[in-house]
Amino acid sequence: MTSTRRVVVSGIGVVAPGAPGRKNFWNLISEGRTATRIMTLVDPTPFRSRVAAEVDFDPASCGLSAAEVARLDRVGQFALVALREAIEDSGIDLGQGDPGRTGVVVGTAVGSTPALESEYVRMSGRGTAWEVDESLASPHYYDYYIPSSIAAELAVEVGAEGPVSVVSSGCTSGLDAVAHAVELVREGTVDRAVCGASDAPISPITIACFDAIKATTPRLDEPERALRPFDKSRNGFVLGEGAAMFVIEELESARRRGAPIYGELSGFASRCNAYHMTGLRPDGVEMAAAITAALDQAGLAPTDIGYVNAHGSGTKQNDRHETAAFKLALGEHAYRTPVSSIKSMVGHSLGAIGSIEIAACLLALQHRLLPPTANWTERDPECDLDYVPVHAREAAPEHVLSVGSGFGGFQSAMIISKAGATR
Amino acid sequence: MRPHITGLGVVTPFGIGVDPYWSALLESANAIGPITRFDGGRYATGIAGEHPGFDPRDHLPARLLPQTDRVTQFALVATRDALDDAAIPDGAYAEHASAVVTANNGGGFEFAQKEMQALWSRGPAHVSAYQSFAWFYAVNTGQISIRHNLRGAARALVTDDTGGMEAVGQARRQLRHDCELVLAGAVDTNLCPWGWSAYTSAGLMATDPDPRTAYRPFSPHADGFVSGEGGAIMTVERPDRTGSRAAYAAIAGFASTFDGVARDGRGLERAIRVALDDAEVDAGDVDVVFADGFGTREMDDREARAITAVFGSGGVPVTVPKTGIGRLGCAGSALDVATACLAIAKQVVPPTPRYELSEAASALHVVDHPAAGRVHTALVLARGRGGFNSAMVLTKPHTELDSD
Repeated sequence: MTSTRRVVVSGIGVVAPGAPGRKNFWNLISEGRTATRIMTLVDPTPFRSRVAAEVDFDPASCGLSAAEVARLDRVGQFALVALREAIEDSGIDLGQGDPGRTGVVVGTAVGSTPALESEYVRMSGRGTAWEVDESLASPHYYDYYIPSSIAAELAVEVGAEGPVSVVSSGCTSGLDAVAHAVELVREGTVDRAVCGASDAPISPITIACFDAIKATTPRLDEPERALRPFDKSRNGFVLGEGAAMFVIEELESARRRGAPIYGELSGFASRCNAYHMTGLRPDGVEMAAAITAALDQAGLAPTDIGYVNAHGSGTKQNDRHETAAFKLALGEHAYRTPVSSIKSMVGHSLGAIGSIEIAACLLALQHRLLPPTANWTERDPECDLDYVPVHAREAAPEHVLSVGSGFGGFQSAMIISKAGATR
Repeated sequence: MRPHITGLGVVTPFGIGVDPYWSALLESANAIGPITRFDGGRYATGIAGEHPGFDPRDHLPARLLPQTDRVTQFALVATRDALDDAAIPDGAYAEHASAVVTANNGGGFEFAQKEMQALWSRGPAHVSAYQSFAWFYAVNTGQISIRHNLRGAARALVTDDTGGMEAVGQARRQLRHDCELVLAGAVDTNLCPWGWSAYTSAGLMATDPDPRTAYRPFSPHADGFVSGEGGAIMTVERPDRTGSRAAYAAIAGFASTFDGVARDGRGLERAIRVALDDAEVDAGDVDVVFADGFGTREMDDREARAITAVFGSGGVPVTVPKTGIGRLGCAGSALDVATACLAIAKQVVPPTPRYELSEAASALHVVDHPAAGRVHTALVLARGRGGFNSAMVLTKPHTELDSD
């Protein structure tokens, strides 16, 4: 069953490390600046990895009411702020039409972890009691426990009454959530959706668990250069946070209302490596299979891809795995294709980053400028592609590829096309 | 195309496996009792539908035990049983055509409580390396895919208590694209002090301490639900790929809606109508409704109104078999789908234990004893806190018709 409904993005909202807002995000990554620093949200002293990419977030100046600040934890606040920017950007009036034809899909890897941890610390007397004191729980504890509360919050905000869900497939959540929403539009269940992802994982338990497996970088000397994707000296990722939300709609309805069209979400596929909860098969075969299937869905050949937005988390194994996957899926064309990782600048915000990277791809298409891989100075023989080091590069690709890879074996690939470039 | 459910794996408060579960349902047995896993007496609600005497060593290799929460162990057992039940021949499916979709509410929460305790009482160096993947919402999908080499498009969903049904609905979607077999469903447990208190502090659960009367959906005395643990994982396949193997049921229709601001029950009614429409089934064709049975007066009244609006007063047999085990978080809706599969396969509607109807629900025709008879079409309903509604229509499988 091949569907003919085509799905485009008409609005983008971003809350990324550094200053919130779509324009601030684009300025940061197009200028090759980085937002990684010694963490301030948590006392870094007890931890091996002490660098984070944090959002300079003031809820009130981002438009949140006192009630919203009281009700939502940081992950929900990010999502709501990004959503409002996306809706304003698209100019859509979601109050028009059948609310049952609007869907909401939010990706998050770890949901309300910091709020859950605060609840735990209070209810357990800082870890002294196994039987916790339920009378000390906040009235919002249940909503922190089950992160579908974030999607429900956004659905109420926009008045959506179609399918509403959270997609939580670890670090591919941000790609998978948008793809999920695209599927709903393609199959005809809804005509438009708000979708994207949010994560605010910077919390002692998250830092400690990544310390325990040495996934995050121990680098302390140059925090602003701590995350070095594809560089020979890379030694782990930097925990980040943020959100990106989109308004997506069926192409013809977007055209009818004269909406700005950033691009078409033309292909997606995911695979699972069924290998190890945190390890990757060195050959990258599942990510390559996802890329190939996404190209098939978009009706494109490998040579149509003009830019790859890499997962590029800056761990030894990821960047090697990913480079192998690009070669497997794109063949010789991989060597001619610019590849960059914006994580070098905004860190790895787990489930959110996939959506933030989709935003980067759409803005790159709009500005005809590829964001660079910051902090790349030394070539690794195992990572021998063109990583757009340090400085953004002018280019006008028709089709770009964004990929993600995560714990649990998830591998996802999305093709984003310039409006009007497909079929 | 109506995908076929060909294998069931269930873990319930009645034990492991379909047979003890089905027998207990037909007897209207009650598995709710005082909590034994921790000191339930310290909490506003101290009773639950616990899965008794689970020893993961009987089912899983030793190396998996330290890295998995109880909820993941349940998921792996249910998956194994579903695959055994479906008896899919080796090599039937291409490597990337078999996938996993599960739902979750809290992830490996007891595991996480232990690691939180290690962190806050002893320091970061005492946090387990497994914490990085034993807690998060995608853990069951990941572990199932590894254990059974399922390398297709994997996904994990969180939609409160509709999650398990949403996972089965997502399986149907994937079978229409690039999958041929999907292991779908959910298992859940909130039975650790930290997880339990998320429910007790929200004031959602019954405070009646009597395990025989605390959870009574649609009753005039309903004042909350009781939680249970377990769930169901099932094999969902393209009907043209199952050969001569039997199927329990076909997934004929599915819909999800959100209540919006009104919260008046019309979201559920809309889900029912869209699912029936999707299935190309008239209300009069439905032989039984498996109700959500939230267990609070307000939510029960809304559900009764939605069912009555579509089917008319007493217009369809309604059953809530989960009354004997409690609400299984996001997994209850997957287990209800499995129960509907069994009802279709056995042509028997399992009863609702100890029901008593409030005035608002008095128009419901509740099944109170095992009802043998025609069960060709079943409607299963699910709701989650916050406004989530899902409805699924299951029909007696027919390979040729379902393959279109």
